Amino acid sequence: MDMRQLYWLVGILIGVGVVAVLFKWLVLGFSFNPGAVADLWEMEFKVQFNAKGGPVKVELHIPNNVHPYTIVDENFVSRGFGLTTIRTKGNRQAIWSKREISGTQGLYYRATIQKLTTSKSETSVKVPQIEPTQIDDATRVAVEGLLAEIRSHSADTDTLIALLMQQLSQPEQNTNVALLLGSKPDQASRIDAAIIVLNQIGLPARVVHGIDLVESTRDAKLTTWLQVYKELRWWYVNPDSGQLVEPETFMPIWRGDEEILNIKGGRKQIFKISVRKSTQSSTQAAMVRGEIVSPQLLSFSLFSLPVQSQEVYRILLTIPLGAFLLVILRNVVGVKTFGTFMPVLIALSFRETQLVWGIALFSLVIAIGLVIRFYLEQLKLLLVPRLGAVLIIVILLMTAISILSHKLGIERGLSVALFPMVIMTMTIERMSIVWEERGPGEAIQQGFGSLLVAAIAFLFMSNPYLEHMVFVFPEVLLIILAFTLLLGRYSGLRLLEIRRFKAMAETRH
Amino acid sequence: MFNLLKQLKQAGVLGINQRNCDYTLVYNQRKYYPLVDDKLQTKKLAQQANIAIPELYAVIEFERQLSDLHKTLQPYTDFVIKPAHGSGGSGIIVIIGKHKDMYRKANGALIDEAELRHHVSNVLSGIYSLGGQPDHALIEYRVKFDPVFEHISFQGIPDLRIVIFLGVPVMAMARLPTSLSDGKANLHQGAIGVGIDIASGTTLSAVMNNKIVSEHPDTGNDVTNVKVPNWDTLLHLASRCYDLTGLGYQGVDIVLDKDLGPLILEINARPGLNIQIANNAGLLPRLNLVKQAATQLTSIEERINFAKQQFSVLH
Repeated sequence: MDMRQLYWLVGILIGVGVVAVLFKWLVLGFSFNPGAVADLWEMEFKVQFNAKGGPVKVELHIPNNVHPYTIVDENFVSRGFGLTTIRTKGNRQAIWSKREISGTQGLYYRATIQKLTTSKSETSVKVPQIEPTQIDDATRVAVEGLLAEIRSHSADTDTLIALLMQQLSQPEQNTNVALLLGSKPDQASRIDAAIIVLNQIGLPARVVHGIDLVESTRDAKLTTWLQVYKELRWWYVNPDSGQLVEPETFMPIWRGDEEILNIKGGRKQIFKISVRKSTQSSTQAAMVRGEIVSPQLLSFSLFSLPVQSQEVYRILLTIPLGAFLLVILRNVVGVKTFGTFMPVLIALSFRETQLVWGIALFSLVIAIGLVIRFYLEQLKLLLVPRLGAVLIIVILLMTAISILSHKLGIERGLSVALFPMVIMTMTIERMSIVWEERGPGEAIQQGFGSLLVAAIAFLFMSNPYLEHMVFVFPEVLLIILAFTLLLGRYSGLRLLEIRRFKAMAETRH
Repeated sequence: MFNLLKQLKQAGVLGINQRNCDYTLVYNQRKYYPLVDDKLQTKKLAQQANIAIPELYAVIEFERQLSDLHKTLQPYTDFVIKPAHGSGGSGIIVIIGKHKDMYRKANGALIDEAELRHHVSNVLSGIYSLGGQPDHALIEYRVKFDPVFEHISFQGIPDLRIVIFLGVPVMAMARLPTSLSDGKANLHQGAIGVGIDIASGTTLSAVMNNKIVSEHPDTGNDVTNVKVPNWDTLLHLASRCYDLTGLGYQGVDIVLDKDLGPLILEINARPGLNIQIANNAGLLPRLNLVKQAATQLTSIEERINFAKQQFSVLH
């Protein structure tokens, strides 16, 4: 046999793979780092009100695509209500309406929001129009008095804003400020006052309401920020110090003086926003990832595929990693497993169940399946009906485990449904035959061997760096293919063979 | 670890990877595999070449033949049922006698006809066959083994394995059933493997469960220094299998019947590697010698003489 042919093939595959990876890395600028994995937040707006029996109209401000936040997914739950969403003055509103209704009603808005990690900032080329606020003479005097004071102490717009906010936070020291803030000097009135003052000197300013995305909570509090337009973009102003800042956790929902919720024809009972930090869902992350990576790069990669297919390939492309690992474990180490690629498929389902639960559920299904299989042995069934029976039983077992664990509140148990049931069936059948022919020791040993290989394969295949590598650089698979071909001609002793032939080395002394 | 690896390399131990890479994949053409993987074909081939084999009583191919299994087995008091595509001795049932309507297995246990039918049905569905494809069950003559191994066997049938490379017998061993192996002559099930000197047919060292032993655990008798009768005939028989099957690297399994003499039981295209432990010798040096001399060895006699000269360990 001509080995040079194999070496040439391996050399070409590695060469093409390395060149393609380097090209994508150096020229096209793809990153080796999974990085850009964004935070995902699930939020729910819950409105509960008592309808008076006539026509009802509920207006709710809902999030908008405002940098750096992107709505990945949203839905409305509103049984029997007509629903429209409208955009007014840069805000989005959901409007639910119904001709006649009475009693307690519940409406929900749910959204999945992703925070992008790019540094690009929101720019607005259009200079916003200032809507002059109607103010009475007393207020006007107070504003002008305050302005005169601040102007004399400030050098530019930044310091003017800072001074203004400082003054506004100390109403007891300045009668003008006290007058502006009125009887209730809270943050909302300070921001209102600041807008009046800033508009007066021709600086566009506005109030922004939103929530802080810091941690999961069932009752997120609305917070309010002041924004000032300067140098072609809107800046957030710290209401205490007056510094222009970039709030890291604040997600704006709507702008202006309006209330977030407005119910006509009913009485509000409950309004709650709950926020949950989501364990990163790769589907949704992939959807947004397409927007981050610039389009001309997209056309060179799997990113150009529809999101659904991307997700499939994200998982599919890790299978060669598992297969390569299996080649090493079987041909270099010499581990025995049930079925050649069974551990790889089990490892795939571990992606959903996670490792510990995966092992527990797998062992549970196999153990119960084996017991039933041993009982079936007594019935002397033909092979294919027997396999069919075990398959049905495996599916019943998985259903039972899902329902039971759901009742017990163990949601992880539901993921048992993702186990490849045909593979499980064949594993049970093979294991029971080995059990009978070679004894329980050998069967359990091979079972654990398979499980161990599956666990190692899972850790290998779910490694985010490796996953990123094969997805962004599928050319890596050419290199893996090359090494797999090389291992196909590996003729050395397997590690476990060294143990097997140990007696021969010992007698040689 | 590395020291161990070095010692094994010096001993010329052949591993699974190398056996597959450099021997079975190179010297065994895929088209010849069915000749040995299907024991029915092996039998027919051997019969045509006048090579002695255990007589075939019946072949069960279809499920419906099972209904008159009892009738099929009527003329025979003892027999062996084996899957035509079995490997590693799995799926073989040895019936040593009948008791009323029951059948007595080699280990003395009685099974009824329903159990026997279920077993044959399993064989037909292919659970013992290599690829899991539907299979035939062969019912054949039960070998009455030669008393030469009687004192060093426990139930079952001891057999001889000779590895043939390009027609040259390179290594041989006897496989002796133990109580641990349930009367089966399979090393991985706990049978004893005893190395045999190619030149003289005398047993050398022995191995059980990968450990070196010298006496049979059940009978307590010394398993070494036993002379295999008709050794030259055995070598001939094995060497002829190369011309028969065309497989360059094969293991020939032979049993010694006390009435019929040596019978070819089966031929293996991927013979196991434990024979090296049994002989306490690596296969590689011998295989290399054969490779170098292969072109000059044309007749069976030349091949056997070459083997006797080169692979003798007793002087």
